[in-house]
Order: sequence, then C-alpha cells, then structure tokens
Amino acid sequence: MYSQTVMDHFKNPRNVGVIEGADGVGEVGNPVCGDMMTFYIKVKNNVIEDVKFQTFGCGAAIAVSSMVSEMAMGKTLEEASQITNKKVAEALEGLPKQKLHCSNLGADALHKAIEDYRMKKEGTTYKPAPKKCYCPFCEVETPADSEICTGCGKELLDEPKHAH
Amino acid sequence: MASVVYADHVAAMPVYPQVFEAMVPYFKEYYGNPSSIHEDGEKAREALEEARGKVARLIGAQEEEIIFTSCGTESNNLALKGISLAHQSKGKEILISSVEHFSIMHCANALEKAGFHVTRLPVDEYGMVDPAVVERAITPQTILVSVMHSNPEVGTLEPIAEIGKITRAKKVLFHTDAIDSVGNIPVQVNELNVDLLSLAASTFYGPKGAAALYIRKGVKIQPLLDGGIQERGLRAGTENVPAIVGMGVAAELAQKEIPRKMSYLKELSDRLVRELPKKIPYLRFLGHPTRRLPGNVSVAVEYIEGEAMLLFMDMEGIRISSGSACISRSLKVSHVMLAMGVDAATAQGSLLFSFGMQNKPEDVDRILEVLPPIVERLRNMSPVYRKAMAKKA
Repeated sequence: MYSQTVMDHFKNPRNVGVIEGADGVGEVGNPVCGDMMTFYIKVKNNVIEDVKFQTFGCGAAIAVSSMVSEMAMGKTLEEASQITNKKVAEALEGLPKQKLHCSNLGADALHKAIEDYRMKKEGTTYKPAPKKCYCPFCEVETPADSEICTGCGKELLDEPKHAH
Repeated sequence: MASVVYADHVAAMPVYPQVFEAMVPYFKEYYGNPSSIHEDGEKAREALEEARGKVARLIGAQEEEIIFTSCGTESNNLALKGISLAHQSKGKEILISSVEHFSIMHCANALEKAGFHVTRLPVDEYGMVDPAVVERAITPQTILVSVMHSNPEVGTLEPIAEIGKITRAKKVLFHTDAIDSVGNIPVQVNELNVDLLSLAASTFYGPKGAAALYIRKGVKIQPLLDGGIQERGLRAGTENVPAIVGMGVAAELAQKEIPRKMSYLKELSDRLVRELPKKIPYLRFLGHPTRRLPGNVSVAVEYIEGEAMLLFMDMEGIRISSGSACISRSLKVSHVMLAMGVDAATAQGSLLFSFGMQNKPEDVDRILEVLPPIVERLRNMSPVYRKAMAKKA
C-alpha cells in the first residue's frame, strides 16, 4: 500500500520530539478523527533553525510529519509557508488516495506553528483555532462533530441512525 | 526472517489438508454440472447432497433446510432481502442489532431506502443485546429480527436462544448471522429457536466461495438470484461443487473437533489477555469478558493508532487486524465500538487477535515480546500520550 519512501519515513521518522520553550507551536487534528500532529519550531533570523513534531496517527500520518519536518528544516519562514500537501505527497512518492488527507494535516500543522510564531512576535495572544477535521473523500474542511461532509455530502460517522 | 505468526483467522484461514484433498477430484474428474441428467451430472449431484447432509448435521437442521450460497454476505443478503420482500404485505419493520456485520447493516440500509423501517437495537458496553429490549421493540409491523450469534470484532456472544424464545412467542421470524460461530462453538438451530441462520465454510477451515443459509421448513422466502431452479428454486446458479464438497468435509471435521478446538484456542487467548497488561499499561479489553469466541482477543491500546501498530507487527511477521478508522478503506472508525460506547479516540488504537488451530503457545510468546516495544515507540511520539501523562502527573 505504501511507497518505499513512506515506509522509510515511517520506520525512521526524522525530528521526532518536543521543543520546550519553542518559538512557535502548531497543532491540528484530534484523536477522534484518527490523526493529530503537533509541530514545534525554533526560529532565528527568519530561518527555521530547528523543528520537532509529535504525531498520533497511521503510517501515512507519521511519514507525512517526518517529511514535512525534513522539508522545513533550515528554510526561511517564507519558504516553509510554501510547503503544500501536494509537494509533501510528491516528496513521499505518492500516498494512497484515502490517505491524502493526512498530507493536509502535516502542512497545516507546520503553517500553524509559523502563524503562532508570528503572533507571538507581534505580541497578540494566540487563540487556538477551532478544531478542524477534513473529509477523507473530498478533503473539504468540516466541523469536527459533523456527520455529513459539507463539501461532498458523504456520511462521515457510521453511527446508528436510531439511537436508543 | 522471523517465522510468521498468523493471528487474523476472522479475516481468513487455511483449509485443512483433508478438505483440500476432497475438493481436487471435483475440479479435474468429477466436474459435471449437478443439473445434468447424465452420469457425470449424477456424480456431482450426489457429492452436493452428501455435503448438504454434513452441513445440516453440524447445526442440527434437516437437509432440505440448507440452501447453498457463495459466501456469508450472500446468505445474509438472502435472509434480509428474501424475507422482507416475501413478507412485506404483513408489515415493513425490521429489527437488527447495532453491531452487525456490514452485510447486514448495509443490507438493512438498502431496505430502508426501499421503504422498509429499520430499528437498530442498542447494545451494552460489551456489545450485548438485551432480550428485553428486543421484546419491547417488536410491534405488529415487525416481520424480521436479525441479531448476530457472535461478533468477530469484539468477540461477544449474543443471547440468541433467549431472543429466539421471544420471537417465537411473538410469532416473528428470527435470523442470526452465525458465520463466525458455526464450526467453532456449538450451534443448534432448535436450541437457538431461529428460523434462519447464515454460515460460511471459510470460518471453519473450509474454502472461500461456499456458504449456506438455513431456512426453517415452512418459512416463505423470495430468492435473490433468479435463473435456473437450483437449490429448490431459491438460489439460481450452477453450484460450486468443489467448494461445497470442501465445506461438507470441513463441517464433518468441525463437528468432531469443536470441544477440543474451544479449549485449545481459549488457552491461547486467555494467556494473551493475562500477560499483555503486565507488559503494556493503559489497555482496554473489548467485548464480553467470558461470553466470547475462543481465541479472540480484542484490545484498545490507548493514546496511539492501530494501523501504525499493525504495520510494525507485520514487519515482524505477525498478522493481526484492527478496528481503527485508518485501517478501514472507508476511513470510518468501527461502528461496533461506537455502538458499545467506546470513545472514538480509544477505538483508533484497537487491535484484534484471532487465533486458529495453526497457532502455538510460542506465538503468544512472540506477540508478548514484539508488541510492547512497538507500543512504547509509538507512545513516545504521540502528543495524545504526552498530554495524558501530563494530566496524570
């Protein structure tokens, strides 16, 4: 199911960990959805000096976070902001279709960390954005507890329609 | 390379050598169509009927009450759709449990779209249906109740005999999906008070491609497949003689073996359940603690995700399954676990071990050796674990 590059990043993820007193922290997803990533960055002179991440998720999620961290390391904030899910998936030699949403999460977590850094720098309090979930079928963002995807209408939770 | 530990028998299992040997001639020499009048047809017909007898004896049914199908899913579809369509003039209400296999769940969804009313009965934290709830749910419009005999995802055995007493009293037809039970634990249709029962050869060391639906004499049913008049006009299609012959042999072997199988497999699963918590903290075992399929261990490993564990286990040669959303191609977390009230985050860390007769005690040792470091490694990189530990501190 997974490419060799994905399996490599899954077995040997780069930059796993936490940065205490990080300059920026970005967290996306939640375990209910099945994926959660937290990215930590250390920034000096507009360059990402260090990046670490933690991930709760499947093989694709771990590989994506590892690849994102590798792509972000040593880049300027502007360059890092250009990292897209598409580029991540390409760098991993492709992901199975149903796993593409994991690549969304990785890039988003990094961008959130960058945003967090910028807000801290500008002195505004960081308000955590409402929890986001992505529909696995069309990748449109939907509220975390919604049962139907707002983008394509497919059912997201397989809950019994008649609760007791 | 480390030898393989195959612990995913609910998904698939090998056929016994005797089963395979019995099938071969029906591919090569006795390949006749059972409907042909000539001698080759007759030979195939005889083999078919002999297998029918063996399957009937396994569940305490009469031969003419066994209809052969191609798979468990087809048996379930035939039961639900065949009964609903045949009895819709009496009523349009169907009761199923909320933990059924997809071949019942999605079948019921399709019937709902076609105008039937489906009630999905709640279950307790073990995934068990309460017979009293079934009794309250039955109305004069109810034409069918379907509750599975055993749930392979969490192992729980349902109170089928008790529910059957109720449906008998209320004169409502009762179907049970006994696919994971038949051939592995005792199943007798008259003890269970069922009118229809699904079974499949692939769960008791028979081949894929052969299954059956038990239909009690006198129960009216509409066929799914129209065509020739095979299976008394209830299931058209040239019979898969080799597979059915295999199923017959497997049924015969199973009937003799059930008590020995049960105790052997229970010993393996009991040991895993006993030892695993000693090596891995924050585990939650799922399904009923005692009323469960022997050899079946369903456990949720908190704070990490199932597919990641499965991949690492696979690299070590251990084959298992999981109910996590990432594992399912539909990306939905197991509906069985949600119905049991297991929160979705915990359900993501589910692992399913299902032992079979090829497993040995050393296999349990290997799992106990390999899984803990995998869990530790994944927990050390999990933000969920980090937060949970910080809270506990």
